[in-house]
Order: sequence, then C-alpha cells, then structure tokens
Amino acid sequence: MTAVDQLHSELDHHSSNQETAHMPGSPLAPNGASYRGLAGVPLSLEPLNRKDFTSDQEVRWCPGCGDYAVLAAFQGFMPELGIKRENTVIVSGIGCSSRFPYYVDTYGMHSIHGRATAIATGVATAREDVAVFVITGDGDALSIGGNHLIHALRRNVNLTILLFNNRIYGLTKGQYSPTSEIGKITKSTPMGSLDNPFNPVSLALGAEATFVARTIDSDRKHLTGVLRAAAAHRGSSLVEIYQNCPIFNDGAFDAIKDPATSADAIIPLNHGEPIRFGVDGHLGVVRDRTTGAFSVAEVADVSEDALVVHDAHLQDPSFAFGLSRLTDAGVLHRAPIGVFRDVEAPTYDDQARHQVALAASLGNDDDALQSVINGGDTWTVS
Amino acid sequence: MKHVNTLDRVVIRFAGDSGDGMQLTGDRFTSDSAVFGNDISTLPNFPAEIRAPAGTLPGVSSFQLHFANYDIMTPGDRPDVLVAMNPAALKANISDLPRGGVIIADSADFTKRNLSKVGYDSDPLTDGSLDNYQVHALDLSGMTVAAVKPFGLTRKDATRAKNMFALGLLSWLYHRPTEGTINFLTTKFASKPDIRDANITAFNAGYAFGETTEVFAVTYEVGPAPMPAGRYRQISGNLALAYGLITASRKSGLPLFLGAYPITPASDVLHELSKHKRFGVTTFQAEDEIAGVGAALGASFAGHLGVTTTSGPGVVLKSETIGLAVATELPLIICDIQRAGPSTGMPTKTEQADLLQVMFGRNGEAPLPVLAAQSPADCFPTALEAVQIAIKYRTPVVILSDGYIANGAEPWLIPDLHTIPAIDPEFASASNATDKAGEPIFMPYLRDPQTLARAWAIPGTGGLEHRIGGIEKAKDTGAVSYDPANHEEMVRTRQAKINGIVQDIPNLIVDDPANADGRHARVLVLGWGSTYGPIVAAARRVRKTGRLIAHTHLRHLNPFPANLGDILHSYDRVIVPEMNLGQLALLLRAKYLVDVHSYSRVRGLPISLSELARDLEAEIDQLEGTNP
Repeated sequence: MTAVDQLHSELDHHSSNQETAHMPGSPLAPNGASYRGLAGVPLSLEPLNRKDFTSDQEVRWCPGCGDYAVLAAFQGFMPELGIKRENTVIVSGIGCSSRFPYYVDTYGMHSIHGRATAIATGVATAREDVAVFVITGDGDALSIGGNHLIHALRRNVNLTILLFNNRIYGLTKGQYSPTSEIGKITKSTPMGSLDNPFNPVSLALGAEATFVARTIDSDRKHLTGVLRAAAAHRGSSLVEIYQNCPIFNDGAFDAIKDPATSADAIIPLNHGEPIRFGVDGHLGVVRDRTTGAFSVAEVADVSEDALVVHDAHLQDPSFAFGLSRLTDAGVLHRAPIGVFRDVEAPTYDDQARHQVALAASLGNDDDALQSVINGGDTWTVS
Repeated sequence: MKHVNTLDRVVIRFAGDSGDGMQLTGDRFTSDSAVFGNDISTLPNFPAEIRAPAGTLPGVSSFQLHFANYDIMTPGDRPDVLVAMNPAALKANISDLPRGGVIIADSADFTKRNLSKVGYDSDPLTDGSLDNYQVHALDLSGMTVAAVKPFGLTRKDATRAKNMFALGLLSWLYHRPTEGTINFLTTKFASKPDIRDANITAFNAGYAFGETTEVFAVTYEVGPAPMPAGRYRQISGNLALAYGLITASRKSGLPLFLGAYPITPASDVLHELSKHKRFGVTTFQAEDEIAGVGAALGASFAGHLGVTTTSGPGVVLKSETIGLAVATELPLIICDIQRAGPSTGMPTKTEQADLLQVMFGRNGEAPLPVLAAQSPADCFPTALEAVQIAIKYRTPVVILSDGYIANGAEPWLIPDLHTIPAIDPEFASASNATDKAGEPIFMPYLRDPQTLARAWAIPGTGGLEHRIGGIEKAKDTGAVSYDPANHEEMVRTRQAKINGIVQDIPNLIVDDPANADGRHARVLVLGWGSTYGPIVAAARRVRKTGRLIAHTHLRHLNPFPANLGDILHSYDRVIVPEMNLGQLALLLRAKYLVDVHSYSRVRGLPISLSELARDLEAEIDQLEGTNP
C-alpha cells in the first residue's frame, strides 16, 4: 500500500467515523457518513450527475492549468452530496481560479478581489438551507483578502473554502504571491522576492480553523476524499489545493507530483496512524520531547514507537500547527498532505440564527413592532 | 408664591465634564419637555475622546435643548440659559451666551486649581467679569452630597449625582413634569438601589431647593405647542433610521441583515438593530467596513434585505463592494451618517461633505440612487423609501444622514404600521426565456421594460440557477461579455435605470407665499438633508421682516425630481446652503446650467439660523437694489 493509497483509505474511513451523531436532516454519504456540514440543505428528489453541475459556459483557463482538474473533481463529487443544485452557492473572488463559479450550474457570484469569504459569510448566515463554497487563490485569500479569511475561520462560519495555491499571480501575468518562496524571480521582483511566504495551513491553524486540509490538483481521488471530509465538517473548512500554473510557475509542485520523487516528498496524514512515508516507508515524523517540534527522521534511526501518531481531532491546534511546519517554505520538496485538523465547534451562522429564532419567540408580529416603535414615553395630542 | 413668566421658547445648554452626565441630563429634560407637549429640538455636542483629562476644555461635553410652544426648526443658535458644572464648561460656552443670559454654575467646582487649569486668573463668578449676565453661583456639589448622605456613598459617587440635582432645579424653574425622570432612574438603576435612591433624592432635592430658595424670583412656563392630533414620542435620527429599516424589512418580507463595523456616529444604528433580532434581524459585526458591506451584499444575494451602516471613512472602504452591487444589480442599503472630514476629521461633529463621494466615488460608471433625511424623525420615511427603491429597481441605495440628525431629537407622530403598504420583492420564480431549442431558461439580466429592473431569483429557486458578478455581463443572459457594443449598452442601461426612478419621485413643492401685493419671491433658498431646520427657520425670520423668500428642500439627490430644473430657472437667484464647500451647488450648476450661489459652512455644527437669515436678507436686498 503506497502512502497515497493509505491516505485514500483514511479519508474514506474518516468521513464514516465522525465522532458526533448524525445531525437530523444531514445528507448521507455513500458510505453512510453524515454530511453534517450540509444539515438543513434540502436533498434533491432525483439523483444528479456531473452534467447537472456543468454550466453552458465555455471554460477559459490556459491549456494544462490545474484548475481544470479541480473543476472536474468538484463536478464529479457534487452529485454524491445529494443536495439540491439550486441550494448550492459558489462565491469566488478575483483571479484565475475565481472564474470557477461560471462553470458550475448552481447559484454563484464572481465577486471582487479578496472579499469572497466576507460575501459568503453573509450568504451562509442568511440561509441555513444553502451549501456555500468559496473559491479563492493564494493572492485572493492570503494577500488582499487575508483579513476576511482569518476572521471567517475564527468565527467558524459554515463554509467550504477551496484555496487554489499556485504560488504565483497568474491573472495579472506573473508577479510573486504571498506563498512564493523567498528569492522568487518574477516580473515585479527581477532581483528576487524578499518577503517570507505564508504557509496557508499554518495561517488557518493559527486562526484556530476547525477543519484544515491540503490536497493536490492532479490527485483526483485524494482531492475528492478531502472534499468529502470537508462536507462532513460543520463549520469553516479550509482546503488548500496545490495547483500548478503551467504558464507562470510551472513545476512548482513537481517534487510531490513526480512518481519518482513523490513517495519521499508527500507526508501523508492519516488520523490514528503513525506518520510514516517514503520508499518502503523508510521515513517517519518524530517529535522532540523538549521543544515539541516535529521533524522527519529515518525510521531506521529511531524506533518505530517514536513515530508520531496523527490525531486530527485534538482540540488544541498546536499539534496540527506543528505538523504544518513540515512544509517547505522555499522551493517545495516536501509537504504533509491530508486532513490536519477536524474538530467540532459551534458555528457562527448556526448560533446567529439561533439567537434570531430565540428572540422571535418573544412575539414578532406587527403589533409587537408597533409597541417597540411606540416606546415608553409617549404623549397624545388631541 | 413666586412670579411666573410665560415664554414661547427657551434654549438651555447643559455643559460639564465628559463624565458629568450632561448628555443624560439633557436627554431627561428633553423627554420631560416632549411629554409635556412642547416642540423640541436638541443638539448634543461632545468630544470624540471618551474621558479627556477632567476639568480641561477638550473634555467639555454639552447638550443644548430648544423647547417651545410652537413648531421650532432648530436647537437654537444661542442658549438663554447656560448650566456650567465647572470652569471649563463656562469658558468653553460663555461666548455663545447672549448678554443678559442666565448662568447657573456649580460654585464648588470653581476652585483655584480648576480655574487655573483653563486659564482663569480669578474666579469669574465673583470677579465681576460676568456682570452682563444673570449669574447664579450655587454649591450644587455640596448640596447634593448633603442630600444623599443617608445612602453612605463615597464622596465621589455622591458628587456624581449633582447632574440630577441640577436637573431637579431646572425642572422646578421651568415647571417640568418630574414623573418621567423618576421612573427613568428607577428602571436604570434597578440593580443598584443605593445609586437609584441617591439619584432620585438628588433630583428631588434640586427641585425642593428651587421651591425654597430666594435665589430665583421668577419661574417660567412654556406651554404645549399645537401639533397635529395623534400619539407622539421623541426620537433621534439613528433610532428612526433603525425603526424604518426594520419596518421596511417586515413590509417586504425580506429578513433584515445588517453587516456593520463600529464607527461614530453610526454605531447606534448597529446597537439598536442588535436589540431587535425578534423581528428577524441579523446583525453581523464584521472585521472591517469591507466585510460589513460584503456580508450584507451576500445576504441580499441570498434573498435578505442587506444593509450596511457607516460614516464617510467607511464608505470609502466599501466603495468597491458598492460597485459590485451596482454591477450585480442587487438591492442593498448603505447608510452614511456623515461626519466632519477629511480622513478621521472630527468624528463627533456634523458635516454634509460625502455627497459627491456617494454620487461618484466608485470606479467606472456606477450610478445609484441617493436619498437624504432632513430631520431626526424624517429618517424613518427615508429608510422606507430607500428600501422600496432598492427592491423595485434591484439597486444599491445610499441614505445620507449626519451627526446632527443622528443624535439630535424631535417629537415624532408615531406612524401606524398597519397603514404602511407592503413592498413586493417580486422574486423570479419561473423561467423567463427559451433557448434555441425552445427549452425554458432563466436570463438573470432580462429587464422589466417599465423599470429596467432585472429578474431577481434567489438561491433555492429550482431551475433558475445562474451566476452573477462584477465582470461585465451580456445583456439578458448574464454571460461574461467583453463585447464593445454590449458594454456600451449595459453602461447606458444601468444609468437609464437609475434615471428612470424619477417616475416614482414626487415633484418638488416650493414654499413661496405671496405678499399682500400678490408678489412672489425672486430668491429661492434650496437645501438638502439636515440643513432643513436652519433654512426653514431662517426663511421664517426673513419673511417676518417683510422680505420675500422661497424655500424648497431636496430629499432625492439622485435622481433629482423632474421639476427641479424648471424651479431653478424660475428664480432670479438660487442660494444653496450646505455644510460642505458647495457639493450640491456643483451638481446643480453642472446639470441645469444655473448660476446658483453656494453658501458654505463647515464648522462641524449646524448652520446658524440667525447668521443665515441675515445673509439671506442681504442677498435679497442686493438683488432688489435696496441695500442700505
């Protein structure tokens, strides 16, 4: 079993092993798991297929763009959720990937740069019966929209955020992005970029995001598995997708995509299992007892017992954060892939609706409003 | 029995330290006067600092109340009575008090230290410098402390009740009813019986002091003002705005969603709406101004009534999202409670300098309707109308208010909600076109020929799935389009839609009474927004001198009423008073080629009615050639 295969089985396993009970009204996954993230969203009376989620718009990404693969995986996955197409809203910002909503035949808004998470927060809070997806990129979500992203995550709004990370600005033709490695030579940095990049997973975990995962555009099975796990999660789900830009940053993820190197490059995260990878499983993740820091070691040099067992359900985000630090900040040679963190927490939108419903029980007809408007101190002129 | 003088109007200004409770004192006196039946108008005036150093000039907070037995239009330019709780309050306000005015000062606070803090070399209460005024120097602090002694409060807590002592004294002096304030204190301090009893005792002690002291030879009565029959309450602009938005939400069936970020002087609308979740109101305190309007627009897309409340600096940040609302043609309400700018400016002071910002402050051709409320109570109907327009025309609408009407109060004839008509959102519920194969499809940009409003289908409506966005759309279908001819058509259509709202706007009515000879005015004074009060009051004063003057006031700043051009052209001179450097004047000149005279005041305060009256008289005299 390869690391990636293990990952797939873990993801299947994961969504069927949610620790909480099935929420009433939650659609059920094929494996019987509850898509708690979709509780309240009406189910389609007829089975839907990939075509139902394909709009009549011509897809206009560059040939070879990783976005095609993600779109195909998404359209292939959506019917599985069983929800009504018209109860799906996709909100995007600005950038290559943000054209995504035009190609999916649901409700959608292609908004403005960086603001998709804020707009989606309004949609999700207003409507319990709508499944809300955010499509964003590394520039959109982490540069101009960084503030909205961290606040949506800390509030735990019930959104599934797909962050297409190609580590470059594509639509503006090749400037370095907030995830580009230091020293990146681009049109705007001919002598090399100077600023330290964000690790999107670390950033999200710093904001105490309740669901954080990473996947790869070209691995449809893994991508679908992560989407399935994200749909099962109620609250903000941040899914970082390593996505190749063949025009302005081609090969940025070659190390983890090339079959010759991927085994040693991908650190697979499987809940409940030791983190072990590499050709013949010769590598593993260990933790320094003093500093708590994680590192990769030759299994031969440490005992098997020393390998860290992944636990995605820890309330304390520092474990997942520590794992996220195993990602290369520079040119990518190695990165953990899978679900870093998946914990239960109340969502902003559920609680906001609950407050409104609770208050409504005080009486909310026109007479009640009239009485509020009348106020306390009134006088009558006859 | 003391002598009672009957007056038709009085202006009182309560002034003290930021922590002295002057706003509360003024509010209470206002409430008691309103309940008594006077017409009222108020002007709270406070620093942006929450507690500037005690006893200093920057820390002075004041509340001016004008109450009368007739319909008054402004809080008054100058007070008749100044209540000064400390030397700083006296120094900061004395220049506004006309000669002969009454000063009631807390002598206990006029210590050497406090006097020197504000640069008094000697005590003005005793050095003769106030000989032109009627000065009553009273130990308000001392009498308060003595009165509340039984409650065993610290001296600091005891002294804090001195504002209630002063209120009691003034209530006696002006024959105000007292039950309202006693009920108010009973409720407000219900959980702190000592504080409650101390405040009520101080209030009663102040009233009793008036009755027994020989200091005041005369008391004053201001009778009720004649008003249309009905039930009244007093209301501030921000409160009326909140009620208007909730009512419009109920009448349209669209749940209200407020996305807002705290900002002076708009935060009270957020606070108020947050109290009314029972009416389906969701309030979202966002991480910033951009997220506030973004979430509101998202809610609108989802079929709610998206609202964002802010002030000028917030509008700047929201501009791009407002442009998105223009492009996506979704209803959205943007409330701009203007304050003095530029930049941070003077957050607690009023101004009208955001007009051009909300008209034009977006990239591209991005027209939207703009409405301005003219008084605190007028914020209610303005909010209702803004929502009607937003829903009917699928457009963002800006409501302009400002710090003056947001915080100022006036009596309000409470509307009967049952008489307010419903607003039908007319959601699309079925396909509105067919494709080439004859299959039914939905075209999100297909327009109503009468209103040019696009079809609005909300998520959850089966078969009407569609995508909208900020990128240019092909007419009808809403597909992405870079076609030159399509873009030109869409730009012109969006403009024509907004221009077409004029069909719903009533013609402007000019108040231009003829004189005995049947002559009408040659000078028109035209305003918008909160200058309504000062302009009407100034026009009245001008007419009392026998001069002729016409007045009209704009609520609709975009589009303008259909007859505005004709009105402007029918007067020899048009004067436009504004609390900016002539922004409406610029629009009128550009659109109607009329040489209007701009009258600008940007002091962070409402335009002075007496100054305006004088200046209008001069304009008339100059035009008539009767300049003395």
